[in-house]
Amino acid sequence: MSDHTVWGLGAVTFVAAFVEFVEALTIVLAMGLTRGWRSALAGTAAAIAALTVFTAVVGYALATWLPRSALQLIVGVLLLIFGLQWLRKAILRSAGLKPLHDEDDEFREQSAAARAAERHNRLGLDWFGFVVSFKGVFLEGVEVVFIVITFGLSAGDVPVAAGAAIAAGFFVVIIGVAASRPLSAVPDNTLKYAVGLLLATYGTFWATEGLGALQGGGSLVWPGGDWALPVIFGAWFALSRVLVIMLPRTRATHRPQWENIP
Amino acid sequence: MSLLRGVYRFLYDFIVGDDWKVAAGVVVSLAIGLILLRAGLPSSRVIVITAALVVALFVVALVVDVRGRGE
Repeated sequence: MSDHTVWGLGAVTFVAAFVEFVEALTIVLAMGLTRGWRSALAGTAAAIAALTVFTAVVGYALATWLPRSALQLIVGVLLLIFGLQWLRKAILRSAGLKPLHDEDDEFREQSAAARAAERHNRLGLDWFGFVVSFKGVFLEGVEVVFIVITFGLSAGDVPVAAGAAIAAGFFVVIIGVAASRPLSAVPDNTLKYAVGLLLATYGTFWATEGLGALQGGGSLVWPGGDWALPVIFGAWFALSRVLVIMLPRTRATHRPQWENIP
Repeated sequence: MSLLRGVYRFLYDFIVGDDWKVAAGVVVSLAIGLILLRAGLPSSRVIVITAALVVALFVVALVVDVRGRGE
């Protein structure tokens, strides 16, 4: 694997994990500050344990049972769909057709729900705080796990992907503990835009190479090999900028409302 | 039953996401790529055409979404 693929792998995993962990941190902070830290941290620890088992099982299954071309096809399709969904949101937000994601708003909503919920104790823990923290960390973490596994296996370097995700996790925890508030200053939408572009790039590359698996042969090869990656990235980036400019003009009416675009 | 529905909902939200047209565009592009491959087109051409289809269908999905919602 070439150096730029390793750098791309590390960078995209780090940024994707960073964005997801910032969102998980917001939920855990909201639960910790309103329902108590014991339940919030217990939910977080349980989610990390569940994610570790999930990673081991899915990673082993994919690495053991699938030939390389089939692996490229499956992970390429998943990455491509994830990436295009992230890119879609980023384009709509940049075009002013969808509201920007705001960690402070998310924190306020989570805190209000936590204050309104009744208190039920189970196993010595406030159950609401435990469950919401568990769900928040697990659901945000699953996406990171998928990116780590799929990138790591496809690029043949799981340690780089896993290391980048763990580093992002530590980074977010350290900043979160220091700030003791949601990390609203993080340019969440810009980071998601960048990750969307990178996932769409690698997803396009691997999903199309993996077509060979359906033909009963090995992987197809892009003209230029790995050097096709910067070209694909450039194409997605140029297209996204064009769409940011053109999409607002294609609206059937002049209403600037975004609330009905999911 | 509610557990199955919950798992389905989770997988749908996780994989397909907010706009099913984006996921459908990827699947359709790859299906057309496979047909071209089986028709005997050189793999270097198939790979580029398939990628171009992914891009084109992504644009169509976004335009349909934005135009449709504005009415």
